[in-house]
Amino acid sequence: MIISAILPTPLARLPWRLIFMVAGICGFGIIVLYSAAGGNFAPWASKQAMVILFFLAVAIVISTIKESTMKALTFPGYAAIVVMLIGVEALGFVTKGAQRWLDLGFIRLQPSEFMKPAIVLTMARFYELLPAGEIRKWRALWPALLLLGVPAGLILVQPDLGTCLMVVFCGITVMFLAGLPMWYFVGSGVAVAAAMPVVYALMHDYQRRRVMTFLDPESDPLGAGYHISQSKIAIGSGGLFGKGYLNGSQAHLQYLPEGHTDFVFASLVEEWGMVGGTLLILGFALVIRWGMNVAKRAPTRFGQLTAAGLSGTIFFYASINLLMVMGLAPVVGVPLPLVSFGGSAVMTVMICLGILMSLERQQRSQSRLEG
Amino acid sequence: MSILGPQRGRRLTGAHQSLAFSRRMVIVGGAQTAIGAILVGRLGYLAISQNEHYQLLSENNRVQLIVVPPRRGWLVDRYNKPIAINRSDFRIDIIPEQLEQPERTLRLLAQLLQLNVDEVDRIIRELKAARGYQPVQVAENVPYENYAAVTVRLPELPGVVPQRGFSRFYPAGPAVGHLIGYVGTANAKEYEKEKNPLLITPGFKIGKEGLEKTLEQDLRGSPGGQRVELTARGKLVRELTPKPDRSGATTQLAIDAGLQEYAARRLGEESGSCIVIDCLTGDILCMASMPAYDPNSFSDGIGRIEWKMLSEDERKPLLNKNLNALYPPGSTIKPMGALAILQAGIDPDATVNCPGGYALGNRFFRCLGRHGTVNMRRAIAKSCNTYFYSMGHKIGYDAIAPMAKRLGLGEKFDLPVVSQNYGTVPDSAWKLRKWNEPRRIVERPDWTASDTLNASIGQGYLIVNPLQLAVMAARIASGRDVQPTLIGAHTKPAPLIGLDPKHLEVVRGGMWEVVNGDGTAGASRLMTPGIEMGGKTGTAQVRKISGSQRGQSGDWKYRDHGLFVFFAPTSNPRYAGAVVIEHGLGGARAAAPVAKDVLTYLFDKPQAMARLAELEAGWGGTLLERNARRAAAVQAAAAAAIANSRA
Repeated sequence: MIISAILPTPLARLPWRLIFMVAGICGFGIIVLYSAAGGNFAPWASKQAMVILFFLAVAIVISTIKESTMKALTFPGYAAIVVMLIGVEALGFVTKGAQRWLDLGFIRLQPSEFMKPAIVLTMARFYELLPAGEIRKWRALWPALLLLGVPAGLILVQPDLGTCLMVVFCGITVMFLAGLPMWYFVGSGVAVAAAMPVVYALMHDYQRRRVMTFLDPESDPLGAGYHISQSKIAIGSGGLFGKGYLNGSQAHLQYLPEGHTDFVFASLVEEWGMVGGTLLILGFALVIRWGMNVAKRAPTRFGQLTAAGLSGTIFFYASINLLMVMGLAPVVGVPLPLVSFGGSAVMTVMICLGILMSLERQQRSQSRLEG
Repeated sequence: MSILGPQRGRRLTGAHQSLAFSRRMVIVGGAQTAIGAILVGRLGYLAISQNEHYQLLSENNRVQLIVVPPRRGWLVDRYNKPIAINRSDFRIDIIPEQLEQPERTLRLLAQLLQLNVDEVDRIIRELKAARGYQPVQVAENVPYENYAAVTVRLPELPGVVPQRGFSRFYPAGPAVGHLIGYVGTANAKEYEKEKNPLLITPGFKIGKEGLEKTLEQDLRGSPGGQRVELTARGKLVRELTPKPDRSGATTQLAIDAGLQEYAARRLGEESGSCIVIDCLTGDILCMASMPAYDPNSFSDGIGRIEWKMLSEDERKPLLNKNLNALYPPGSTIKPMGALAILQAGIDPDATVNCPGGYALGNRFFRCLGRHGTVNMRRAIAKSCNTYFYSMGHKIGYDAIAPMAKRLGLGEKFDLPVVSQNYGTVPDSAWKLRKWNEPRRIVERPDWTASDTLNASIGQGYLIVNPLQLAVMAARIASGRDVQPTLIGAHTKPAPLIGLDPKHLEVVRGGMWEVVNGDGTAGASRLMTPGIEMGGKTGTAQVRKISGSQRGQSGDWKYRDHGLFVFFAPTSNPRYAGAVVIEHGLGGARAAAPVAKDVLTYLFDKPQAMARLAELEAGWGGTLLERNARRAAAVQAAAAAAIANSRA
C-alpha cells in the first residue's frame, strides 16, 4: 500500500478508509452546525469539532486493546454501568426529579449511553461462553433476557424511551445473530404488537402525546406536533439540491426546533437537498457495511457477535433518528450520531468504532500470520 | 430426552453455529438495507414529490404580512354624489412583540384614552392570544386631543402605534340606513366561514346589512402591507418589499341621493316607506323606509341599550319596510284589476250601478260611497268598490291573478338585497295548496266568489310589499316590463310588456282623474305648471271590521294603512312609485301628500324644500337634528343603566 510506504507503521496500520468515511460524515456535520448557528463556528461547530477529535483519539486508543482484554473487562464493565444506572435512579429519587446523568464534578456521565456498546459486548460474551449445543435450550435465553432486561428497565424508568429502545434493539440483534430459534423472534414480535395498547396505557403523558402526534402530526401543528411538522417542512422544502448553503429559512428563523441536535438532518436537507441527505445516508451505510464485514471476517464467535452488534448500534442510532425526523417514527429523542451537536452520541459511536477497529486490526494481523 | 439431548447437542457444533451466523447476517444486512431504502425513498417523497407543498409552507413561515386593511369602496348615487364614504380617523394599536412593560403601558393608555374597565379587559385578553406582529387594537375613532396625548408620550410607550385609520361614513345618516346597511367588525362565525386573516385585522370592517353586505366582495378591495421576514418567535429579521393595497371598487347605484334623503325626511315621524322608480329603465331612484337606525352609529358597534330601544319600538326602525313588510294593497291595485277586466274583453264604457255596495247571495259587500252609475274611468277615480266587485265576479279571480303577477305583485325581484318578503297573489290553485298544507290559513279548499270580491279590492289573501306596488305603478305608467335595479344608472328603456296601449290609456286616464279630476286624491295635485301626477289611493284594513269601528280611530296600531301608487308626468310618464304610511288612516290623507312632495322635488326642488322646511319645523327639526337628539337620549339611558347596575 502506498500509505504504508509513506507513514510510520503504527499510523499506516490504522483503517484509513473507515477514518476517511467517518471524517466525511463528521465534517459534513460541522458544516451544517456552522450554518445552523447562522454562519458561526460558535457555539456549536467549533465545540463539536473538538469533541469529535477528542473521541476519535479515544477510538484509536481503544483500537489498540486486545480482544482478550476486552473479554476480561466485559462483565465487570457491565456490572459497573448497571450500578451507575441504579445510582442515577437513587439520585433522582432523592432530588425528586427525572435524572439521567451522574455529576462527577469534572464530567457529567450518562451511564445509559455506555450501556449501548456494553450490552452488545455482554451479550456477545455470554453467547461465546454458552456451549454450542445449548443454544436451543432455556438456559440460552433467560440469562440473556435478564442481562438485557435489567438495564433496559432502569433506563425506561429514567424515563428515556429512545435509549431504552436502542439498548433493547442492540441486545436482540446479538441474540438473533447468536442463533436463538427463529420462533422466539417471530413470536415475541407478535406478542409486542398485541401488547401495544397495554404499553400505551402505562406511558407518561408526554410520551403518549408523542405517539399520538406521530400518528397524526397535523392534529396539533402548534403544540406537540410542531417539531415533526416543521421538520417535514424543512426537508420537503429543500427539494433536490436544497435552498443553498446558509440559506435555510426554517433553521435560521428558528421555525425548526432542535435544528442543531435531534433535527439536524432536517437542517441539512433544507440547505443541501435530497442530494446531501442521500450522501449522508450513504456515508452511514458504508460505515455500517464496513462494520458488518469486520463481523463476517471475525475468527472468533465473540468477535463476530460484537462486530455485528456494534454495527447494529450505529445503524439503530442513525436510522431511528432519520425515521423520526422524516415522520416515520415517533419523536423519541435520539440524536443523529456524529452530526447532531452533543458529546454523548459521538462518544458512544466512537467507542463502537474503536472496538470495531480493534477487532479489524487483530483480523489483519491474524490473516497475515495465517497467510 | 436422554437420547435426543446429546444427539442434538452433537449436531449443533461450532461449524453449524458459523453457518447459522452467516445466514442470520444476511437477514440482518438485508433488513438494514431495506430500512436504508425506505429512508431514501421517504426523503425523495418529501423533498421531490411533495416539494411544492412544503416550499409553500416554508414561505408562509418565513414571510408575514403586517396587514394594512384596504380602503372600502365608495357607494355613489347616479350623479356620483357620495352615499357611503370613508372618513379618516385616529386609532391606537399595540404590536405585542414590541411591547416592553405591558402593565405600565396599559395603565397609561387607559388614563390617556379614558378607556373603561371592559375595554382594558378586552385588550389584555387579545394581547395574551396575540402572536408576534399581529397588532391588537386599543381604541378606534380616537378624538384628536387624546390621540395627540398618546403621540407625545410615545417614547415611553414602546409597542404602541398611533395610526391614521378609516371609518365608514354615511352623510345622510338614517335616510339611507335600510337601503345601504352598515359595516361592523367580523364576528367569529363570519371568520370561520371565510378564514381570511384580513377579517380579524384591527380596524377592518365588513358589510353587515343591506348593500354593504351584498356588495361586500366588490367593496372590500385587497389588503396590502409590509412584508417582513420573522423568526418563529416573532423577531423581525428584515423588511421585504411592501405589498400595495388595492381599495375596493367605487360602486354607482341607481339611487338619486338627493331624492332618497328628501323622501326619508318627508316621511317624517311616520312609519312607512317611499319608493320612486324610473318607469322607463327600472332604476330605483329612492327607496326610503322610516323610521330607520343610523348606520353611522351602527358601524361603530351598537350598545345593548340602543339595540333594545330600536327592537322594541312599535314603528320597527330595524325593519326595511320596502322589502320586508307586507301589506294588503287595498284599492291601489284597482288599476291592475281594470287592466285584467279589459283583457277579459269588457268594454271600458260598460257601466255598473253603485247603490253603496254589492249583494252576493245574502251577503252585502260595502262600497265607501253611493257612486251611482260608473264606468271604468269613474270607478278608478272614485275608487268605487261596487264596480270592481261586480266586474271581478264576472271574470273570476283566476283571470285577475295572472295580471297581478304580470305587473310585479308577488314577484321576487333580482336585486342585491339581503332578503325580500314577496307576499301572496292568491288564486284557486294557491288556496287548494294552502288547504293541503298542515298549518291552515284558509277555511275551505275551494276558491269562493267572496274570495274574489275581497281580492278585487286588495283585501283578503292578497298581500304585497311596497316595492311590488311601485313596480306595478311603473309597468302601468310606461307599459314596459320594468325590472327594478339598484346598481348603476341606466338609460336604455325596458322592452314593452305587451299590454294593449288602448287599455293602458283607459287605466292611466282613470289614475289622472284620481288626482286631477274629482277623484280621491284631489288635494295632492302637483303645484308645478305643466306637470301632472296620476295615481291611485288605497286604504288597507289592519284587522276585521267590528261594528262601526272602521279602523279610522282608536289605537295607532289598529288604524288603517294609507297607501298610494303614482306616476308623473301623466303626459309622458317618467317616474312611478309607491308610498305606504303604516296606520296612516287613509291613502289620500297620509300617503298621497308624501308622493306629491317627493315628485315636486324632482320637478321643482326649491318648492319641495320650502314645503319640507315648513313640515320639519312642526316636527321639531330636521331628520339629522332629531336623530342626534334621539342618540343623546339613548346615551343618557345607557349611562343610567350602567349607573343602576353599579349601584
